[in-house]
Amino acid sequence: MVEPGLYAVGVPGPDSDVLVSANYKLSFDHLRDAIKGMDVWVLVLDTRGINVWCAAGKGTFSTGEMVNRINLCKLDSLVSHSRIIVPQLGAVGVSARDVKKATGFRVHYGPVYAADIRKYIEAGYKAEPSMRRVRFGLWDRLVLTPMEIIPAMKFFPWFALVVLLMFGLRPEGIMFRDALAGGLPVLTLGLMAILSGALLTPLLLPFVPFRAFALKGYLMGLAATWLGTGLFPGDVHWSVLAASWIWFPLASSYVALQFTGSTTFTGMSGVDRELRAGLPFYLGGTAVSALLLIVNLVVEWRAL
Amino acid sequence: MKYLLNVSTLKYDPDKCTGCGRCAEVCPHGVFEVQDRKATVTDSDLCMECGACMQNCAFGAIEVRTGVGCAAAIINQMLTGELSCDCGPKNGGGPASCC
Repeated sequence: MVEPGLYAVGVPGPDSDVLVSANYKLSFDHLRDAIKGMDVWVLVLDTRGINVWCAAGKGTFSTGEMVNRINLCKLDSLVSHSRIIVPQLGAVGVSARDVKKATGFRVHYGPVYAADIRKYIEAGYKAEPSMRRVRFGLWDRLVLTPMEIIPAMKFFPWFALVVLLMFGLRPEGIMFRDALAGGLPVLTLGLMAILSGALLTPLLLPFVPFRAFALKGYLMGLAATWLGTGLFPGDVHWSVLAASWIWFPLASSYVALQFTGSTTFTGMSGVDRELRAGLPFYLGGTAVSALLLIVNLVVEWRAL
Repeated sequence: MKYLLNVSTLKYDPDKCTGCGRCAEVCPHGVFEVQDRKATVTDSDLCMECGACMQNCAFGAIEVRTGVGCAAAIINQMLTGELSCDCGPKNGGGPASCC
C-alpha cells in the first residue's frame, strides 16, 4: 500500500499538473512508470489499497475522499491553477461538479490507462476515443482466472468427499477400492468442469457462442463432459453417466457465470437475469444428479 | 464484446441535456456521443451500468440502476438481502478482481 498524500514527481512547480491516483501499489507504480521524466504532482487518495475502479465502485475513491485529501494537502497553496486530472474509471465514484463546488478544482477525466497519460496531457487534456475505452483482451482475462479457479478449488474437497462416499459406501462400511475405482473418473471430470468454467470459458470468451455467460459455460461444460465421460470404465452404470451429463455442464456453467464479476463489460441487470434463469437448473440438476448417484449405489449393493 | 441485449436500465432524457459532454468523457464503453450540443446514446447494449455518467451529469439527465455485476454479490443479496461484493482483497495486497 502507498501512503495517501501528495507526492512530487520530478521537480513540479505551481503550474505543474496534478494527477490523482489510488493507494493501490500497482496503480501507483503504473502511473509512476508512465510519467517518468515529467514534473507533476500526484495526489494519492486513501482507497485502502484497492485499485481505482473497484474503489470507485465501493465508494472509497470518492468525492468526499478527494475533497478531504485536497484540503489536507493544501493543494490550493501549491498550485496556481485549478486543474486536477482524475483517472477516467474513477468517475464511477466522483462527481466532478461536487468537487468543484467544494474545492474550486475542476476535474478533468484522464484516459482509462495510465500509459496514455502523457499523450493526453501533450494533446492539451484531450483523450482520443480509444483512450476512453476499457479493454478486455486475452491477457486481461488470463490474469483474472485465478480469482475463479481458487474459489472453485476450495469447493472441490467437499465435492470429492461426496463422490467418494457415493461410490465407496457399502453395507459393511466404506470400501476404498470401490470408492477410488468408481470415484476417480468422476473426480477427474469434476476438475475438467472447473477448468472449463473458470479457465477455458474466460480465455475463449469472445469465441464461445451465446452472450450469456451461463450458456457459454454450459457449452464448454458439455465438451468437457464428453471428453471426461470417455475416461469412464466400460461397465459404468447408466445412472452415473446420466448424473455426469446433467451435473458437470451445469457446474461449468455456474463457475463461468462467476466470471461476470471480473469482466469489464457485464452489468448487474444482465447477471441478475442470468442467475434468476439459471438457479432452478443449478439446484434442480444437483438434486436429480444426487438421486441418480443413490440409484447407482442401490444397484451396486444389490449386485453384491 | 457485448453482453445481454435489452437488459441495461440506462435512461437518458435529452430535454435536460446541455451538451456538456461529461457523459461521453466518463463512459468506458462509448455509450454517449455529443453531436450539436446534445448527447445521444450510441448503443445502450454496451452499457455496463457502472453509473459514471449519472454520477457526473450535473443536470440529472441520466438515470441507471447501478451495482456490481457480480454473480457472487447477487447470490449474497438473495441470501442475506445485502448487496455486497467481498471478492476484493480485504487488507490490501493482491489484485482485486471484482466490480
